[in-house]
Amino acid sequence: MDVRAQISMVFHLDKCIGCHTCSIACKNIWTDRKGAEYMWWNNVETKPGTGYPTKWENQSIYNGGWVKNGNDIGLRGAGKLKGLLNIFHNPNLPVIDDYYEPFTYKYLDLIESPDMDDQPTARPISLITGKPINIKMGPNWDDDMSGTPDYARNDPNMEGLSAAEQEAMFQLEKLAFFYLPRICNHCLNPACVASCPSGAIYKRGEDGVVLINQKVCRAWRMCVTACPYKKSYYNWSTGKSEKCILCYPRIEAGYAPACMHSCVGRIRYLGVLLYDADLINDTASSENEDLINRQLDIILDPFDPKVISAAKANGVADSTITAAQNSPVYKFVKEWGLALPLHPEFRTLPMLFYVPPLLPVMAKLTTVDNTDQSKKMDDRAKYWPDNWLYDTSTEELFSTIEQARMPLKYMANLFSAGDESKIVNVMKKLMAIRMHRRRATVGDISDEKADNMLEQSGYNALTADDIYYLTSLAKFDDRFVIPASHREQAIEMLEFTGDVKGSVGFGFIEKPARGI
Amino acid sequence: MVNLDVLLFTAFPYFALFICIVGSIYRYKFLSFKYSSLSSEFLEQRKLFWGTIPFHIGIVLIFLGHLFIFIFPKETLAFNSVPIRLIIIEVGAFILGLSALVGLIGLFIRRLTNPRISIVTSKMDIFVEVVLLAQIVLGVWIAYDYRWGSSWFASVLSPYLVSLLTFSPEITAVSQLPLVIKLHIIGAFLIVLLIPFSRLVHFIVAPFSYIWRPYQKVVWYRSKNRVRNPEESWGVTRPKNN
Repeated sequence: MDVRAQISMVFHLDKCIGCHTCSIACKNIWTDRKGAEYMWWNNVETKPGTGYPTKWENQSIYNGGWVKNGNDIGLRGAGKLKGLLNIFHNPNLPVIDDYYEPFTYKYLDLIESPDMDDQPTARPISLITGKPINIKMGPNWDDDMSGTPDYARNDPNMEGLSAAEQEAMFQLEKLAFFYLPRICNHCLNPACVASCPSGAIYKRGEDGVVLINQKVCRAWRMCVTACPYKKSYYNWSTGKSEKCILCYPRIEAGYAPACMHSCVGRIRYLGVLLYDADLINDTASSENEDLINRQLDIILDPFDPKVISAAKANGVADSTITAAQNSPVYKFVKEWGLALPLHPEFRTLPMLFYVPPLLPVMAKLTTVDNTDQSKKMDDRAKYWPDNWLYDTSTEELFSTIEQARMPLKYMANLFSAGDESKIVNVMKKLMAIRMHRRRATVGDISDEKADNMLEQSGYNALTADDIYYLTSLAKFDDRFVIPASHREQAIEMLEFTGDVKGSVGFGFIEKPARGI
Repeated sequence: MVNLDVLLFTAFPYFALFICIVGSIYRYKFLSFKYSSLSSEFLEQRKLFWGTIPFHIGIVLIFLGHLFIFIFPKETLAFNSVPIRLIIIEVGAFILGLSALVGLIGLFIRRLTNPRISIVTSKMDIFVEVVLLAQIVLGVWIAYDYRWGSSWFASVLSPYLVSLLTFSPEITAVSQLPLVIKLHIIGAFLIVLLIPFSRLVHFIVAPFSYIWRPYQKVVWYRSKNRVRNPEESWGVTRPKNN
């Protein structure tokens, strides 16, 4: 057993309101630079939709991720043979137009315009060439555009849904969508690391953050192809690839990453997971239907004395083990079984988990006779001829799940490699918690029914209250359990600090300018 | 004229090689952020294919051919003693030269005409492309006009290059060569000289180590095996990490 620690995340999609605050926080700190304008290390997509870059999930276009070859796995569009053969020209590389051409506006024209009959306008100009452009796309171009033929209908996750099911999703009355915020998954089996010919990308042993060494990157561009989530970006100006760094300078200082810290809906949780690194390759090579279960199996119980002693023997700090025991991620993923990885079939073992949305409001249309009700109404009051009711009372326990407006198959394509039973399982749990809370707050649910639902979902009232607390009431320190990075020890282990006594402590850092 | 030949075929090569080695090491160690192939495929993909593939295949194989004949002149001469082999080698090399030429012209046109690419074009890029273009034109010209280059390279230029590397430069044979060939030799050393000052550095860091490294790479801040026991005082040998 090779126990390592991984800082991982849970995004609770039921709480995401799609405000893009996370994206802006990230952009302002990290990617507001030349060559990085088009990069959104954190982005929020509307689902169903095509996403950013367009149709990134469709690996028949981008050839990202791993594929199973017998008992092993290989990179789909990169790797030792394909990567080196395609080094002069990589046919699987997404280009700037697959993302969008970054732009700004000539705001100064508004101010400096001479007197004229018409209002001055600020024309859009390209941030690459500086010339006027027609904006064709943006990072969230399909925001809230679910149902439109250009976006929702081209969603790669529609695969496996019947034509009727798809049409039903796009009818205006039945239209539903949710938001999918995405950052780098800091995978256990990262395809970007495996694809890098110069070995510039690595996973940090202490906390599992995946980083690109900017001094070793030589612009061979294979990581952009290999990452199935398209979260490695090529900086066209510096000639280096860049990606989400999980705000490691903030994490090392004990702060939550900027996207998580700024999250308005408080949908994000961050904590440590302990896992067995010996099993990574076996787990990533397992059959499609076993992928999720085995990925969850590789995550170890931080309370198990065997795990603790193995972790200590491996140099995992005591503070990290304590953080793993308090980790909200461990609770969501392992204890409560509420969170699932995004697209586990890409076989990178992503360490960002999502609680699928129980959307929209749990209700079903029931036919009712409204005649009596109409008679009671005043003549001047609005006449209400409808004979349906948006029924939020639940007679049967879990009936609304099967009739969910967002088809289970669609959710399964996103979060469980197509296995609907896993989604149903999570939905039931989420619904049981809601009913449990409804009993307490609204009071129109009988104890018997609420308890019955909890029992069927495998919870008891205490667990349900814990889940409710961490979902709805959790404070900052509950949501982000960040282990100390022990930099003081790390430095002492690296060098004799007496050698640098009296010096400034910083080396001369090279300006990150483009080479010649 | 003799003095000029000494300057061009003795002093200049040593100067170029010295600057190339020192400059590349300096840039690698102190300006490593600028060590990159600076690929522009992300901004323009389709035209690049028709330029970069013929260019790189041509230039890499031609370079390896020059290198092989330089290192194994006797074997080359023996191999070339059968006319049909010689003809195949010469025709093959000529085609590869044309391929590199066509590819480079394509790349040059793309660089000059595409507005996105001109944004990421430095003056050095243009200069390197002009030098390379001249060098390839000269090479193709030599292959056409002064035939059986693989044989006379082995008998004339290999000894010259060996004499350079053994620090006993012998330029009598080289100074008798036609002007075109002389220019080609000078061009070669000019390219060597340009390496540390241009994007040509990318060919020094061609990623061969990828072939034998494991796919996954984990970096520890502190070596798991060399964690210092804090209860002991610092020894004479400092612990090293990575």
